[in-house]
Amino acid sequence: MIENTRFASRSELVGIAALALLLVVVLPLTLDVFRLNLVGKYLTYAFVALGLVLCWGYGGILSLGQGVFFGLGGYCMAMFLKLEASSPENTKIQSTPGIPDFMDWNQITELPLFWQPFHSLTFTIAAIILVPGVFAFIIGAAMFKRRVGGTYFAIITQAIAAILTILIVGQQGYTGGINGMTDLRTLKGWDIRPDHAKVVLYFVCVACLFGCIFVAQLIRHSKLGRILVAMRDKEDRVRFSGYSVANFKIFAFCVAAVFAAIGGAMFALQVGFMSPSFVGIVPSIEMVIYAAVGGRLSILGAVYGTLLVNFAKTSFSESFPELWLFGLGGLFIAVVLAFPNGVAGLWSDYVQPRLVRLVTPRKAGWSAPNAVAEGAPAE
Amino acid sequence: MLIGQQPKDFLLSVEGLTVSFDGFKAVNDLSFYVDENEIRVIIGPNGAGKTTVLDLICGKTRATSGSIHFRDRDLTKMRENEIVQAGVGRKFQTPSIYDDLTVFENLEISFPRGRSVLGALTFKRDAEVRERVHEVAEMIFLKDRLAMRADLLSHGQKQWLEIGMLLIQDPELLMLDEPVAGMSVSERVKTAELLHRIIEGRSVLVIEHDMKFVEDIAHKVTVLHQGQILSEGTMDKVKNDPKVIEVYLGH
Ligand SMILES: Nc1ncnc2c1ncn2[C@@H]1O[C@H](COP(=O)(O)OP(=O)(O)O)[C@@H](O)[C@H]1O
Ligand SMILES: [Mg+2]
Repeated sequence: MIENTRFASRSELVGIAALALLLVVVLPLTLDVFRLNLVGKYLTYAFVALGLVLCWGYGGILSLGQGVFFGLGGYCMAMFLKLEASSPENTKIQSTPGIPDFMDWNQITELPLFWQPFHSLTFTIAAIILVPGVFAFIIGAAMFKRRVGGTYFAIITQAIAAILTILIVGQQGYTGGINGMTDLRTLKGWDIRPDHAKVVLYFVCVACLFGCIFVAQLIRHSKLGRILVAMRDKEDRVRFSGYSVANFKIFAFCVAAVFAAIGGAMFALQVGFMSPSFVGIVPSIEMVIYAAVGGRLSILGAVYGTLLVNFAKTSFSESFPELWLFGLGGLFIAVVLAFPNGVAGLWSDYVQPRLVRLVTPRKAGWSAPNAVAEGAPAE
Repeated sequence: MLIGQQPKDFLLSVEGLTVSFDGFKAVNDLSFYVDENEIRVIIGPNGAGKTTVLDLICGKTRATSGSIHFRDRDLTKMRENEIVQAGVGRKFQTPSIYDDLTVFENLEISFPRGRSVLGALTFKRDAEVRERVHEVAEMIFLKDRLAMRADLLSHGQKQWLEIGMLLIQDPELLMLDEPVAGMSVSERVKTAELLHRIIEGRSVLVIEHDMKFVEDIAHKVTVLHQGQILSEGTMDKVKNDPKVIEVYLGH
């Protein structure tokens, strides 16, 4: 009756398999490399949306600064790639060969100390996880231990996103400034620019995404996931069940940050550059909209929401570039007012029941316990 | 005030407790002591500060001055979750349960194991947990409702669920704020029966208006009035105290 597997219910397994089929088989077979790479880029935002489902949808912690973590992960990856692209042979026309071009343009003659360890791929991979993780931990500990939450927390994360953008743009000798880090070429000697590399990187990105989905599912189905749900509307009560609310919030926020950072790293790899335009306030809010459109309680919805909004953005902004922001704002308002559970809600309220009736005419309630935990209507 | 020699013998020693909300002293220099296995009932007119006393003990409200010792630990210096872990459980006046979770999950969350982040992540729903949840669900008349979302329960059932959540925590000091308020007559009878069972073997602090119920269970009664103790003692003594009759029982 109350059995559920440790990782996913049956309907969720079906959903995950369907998503895998779409991302691993259907899209690679039907799209050309350019479009596949575009999907790969969109999927890097899905990591952020996925983190937001855990931290906002489940834990009720709305962060409007996830671009910070996406950016930290992306910049860590880009620093490694940039160093490799700046070998003395590649940069012999510079006044100081062997350092990134933007440093040379800014009259820097020596690789700064904090850049040095990014020669190592192992260090870089560790940094992609740890830098955003530790940063999120510090923010989380400072805010949640003092019981700063809700709107105040959202505003503070916005401020952090703005500050980080200003820092990156201002310190162009160290960061590449407003243009970001461009002209990334190879990963351990393997050229990331040709078509076949883009296909491989797409699959790596999909694999990482499923890794994160797996972790998210584990968390959601653990008691910790249920504590997050409990905290969302009865934070005080959770304290009186003997839990330190702050610690659970910090955890959710850190996980969301690490997911975002992995997305950022995959972005740098697939797109071949990283810039502050993915760090600031606007991209951070857009990422929240992806999660909202997908359904903030749905792990898989986060992926679909991201893809949908980005496809809409691409086609819309090709024809009416200046109207896109209004379109996005309108979409957000529509989702919040009319479909609070997003695409996933539409699916579980309208499509799935019909499908179920079609396939198994008399087997009602096949997803009862988990659908309940997901916030879908009980029966 | 009693310093040093006293607190050890009592489970709970409240001394000189005061809280002021913008100058209004909802609890004013209050001192009382609860023994091991004692059942203490707090009565008093609305607004007397009864709920606030429980808020102070469980850490929901911070005291302006005074101390609350639970065994040898000062609760005024501890966080809410630490107070719970020390063995103090609290039922709120309005049912306070997790609406989005099932009855089973509500009880499971209250089970005293895996309360750290790591513990919650690796928590296993093993036989011990299942048995305990079923046992408690049976006691609180909800064994057929385990898979139901808690917000679909009736008001009385929610009260029971919250009592169950406390019960599964197995606190040494149990605090109940008007546990039968808002219940139907038949629910009241069942709840009284339930409370009789769960108060055994622990100390209990109950706020209640139902005088029959109070007479039935109380070892000692404390009457609060305007944040201060008006009278304290056995039910008989309190009932015949002219001050009490005047402000409380008299109308
Ligand atoms: N957080 C608070 N802020 C301001 N006033 C409060 C607060 N909590 C309680 N009070 C006031 O303290 C008094 C005692 O309230 P309460 O303890 O709820 O009374 P009782 O439970 O005995 O009916 C009331 O006048 C109430 O308005
Ligand atoms: Mg009260």
